Amino acid sequence: MKTFKKYIIFIIAAILIGVLFLINKDMGFKAVSTIKSSSKEMILILPPIFILLGLMDVWVPRDTMVKFMGEGSGIIGGILSFIIGSAAAGPLYVVFPVAIAFMKKGVKFSNILILIGAWSTTKIPMLLFESTSLGLNFMLTRLAVNIPIILIMTFVMTKILKDDEIAAIYEGAKEQEG
Amino acid sequence: MQNIIMYSLAVILLALSFFKDKTKTKQSLKKAWKSFENIFPQMLGMITFIGLALAILSPETISKIIGGASGWFGVVLGAVVGSVTLIPAFVAFPMAAILLENGAGKMQLAAFLSTLTMVGVLTMPMEIKFFGKKFAFLRNILAFVFSFLTAFIIGKVVG
Repeated sequence: MKTFKKYIIFIIAAILIGVLFLINKDMGFKAVSTIKSSSKEMILILPPIFILLGLMDVWVPRDTMVKFMGEGSGIIGGILSFIIGSAAAGPLYVVFPVAIAFMKKGVKFSNILILIGAWSTTKIPMLLFESTSLGLNFMLTRLAVNIPIILIMTFVMTKILKDDEIAAIYEGAKEQEG
Repeated sequence: MQNIIMYSLAVILLALSFFKDKTKTKQSLKKAWKSFENIFPQMLGMITFIGLALAILSPETISKIIGGASGWFGVVLGAVVGSVTLIPAFVAFPMAAILLENGAGKMQLAAFLSTLTMVGVLTMPMEIKFFGKKFAFLRNILAFVFSFLTAFIIGKVVG
């Protein structure tokens, strides 16, 4: 039952794809082939990320993380979060367990937000592709607009979420296995 | 290329860790597996949903919705369609290239790309599980609103 509940989203999606096959066979095959290629991509991307997270969890002392990315880490912490987020691969939902692991190690909330923001928009490995397919101007403009947006979003969210709400998020992180 | 870097980094650090302390290395691998196991079912669900969404919304359909002449209406539609789910950049950008070839406008494409990578209604349950309701709603709404700013500026500069 527990396993069933865990896979409920997948089961619903799989049933919907079955329905899609009944309505339009071509679309059904297209869905399956997209799922195949993205699964392959994910299976390739995930192992090193989780191995690195595991190593960080065991080897990097909380104090070190706090010093570089926690309260009082200042601009260095922000820059580090930005670099880690921009360099890593994977869709935004891969950053969620990474953020949880960082929160457990005492990384500051604003740095968590910068990490999430950078992870979603400033992917260094994709910039070259973006400029060849959409044009250098497009890529540079998007980057120039999105970096301040990440910072503004971080600022707004730290202002709107109250201290006790942020504390609750950190408490929740402690209970996650991710 | 990026995978090679990530794998080399993981392997080198893992080897280093192994030489220094075998039990700690074992412990870290156990943790890695546990986190992976924890997120895998949801991720599989997400991937399946994305596959479904992409099959229904073909590039031709999306290009029509967010065509170069569609103006701000197209920007809004692009942002809404992009919000359905979160897509990794390595899927989003090749897709954007196809859309551009099919006649999508750059301003509309910017809104679509922004929400595609930042706003995910289908991934909300997962985000709520990790960060709570208020955080998830706030982040997604802010990202949605800001996608219009991105579209506006790209429309002015590039479009």
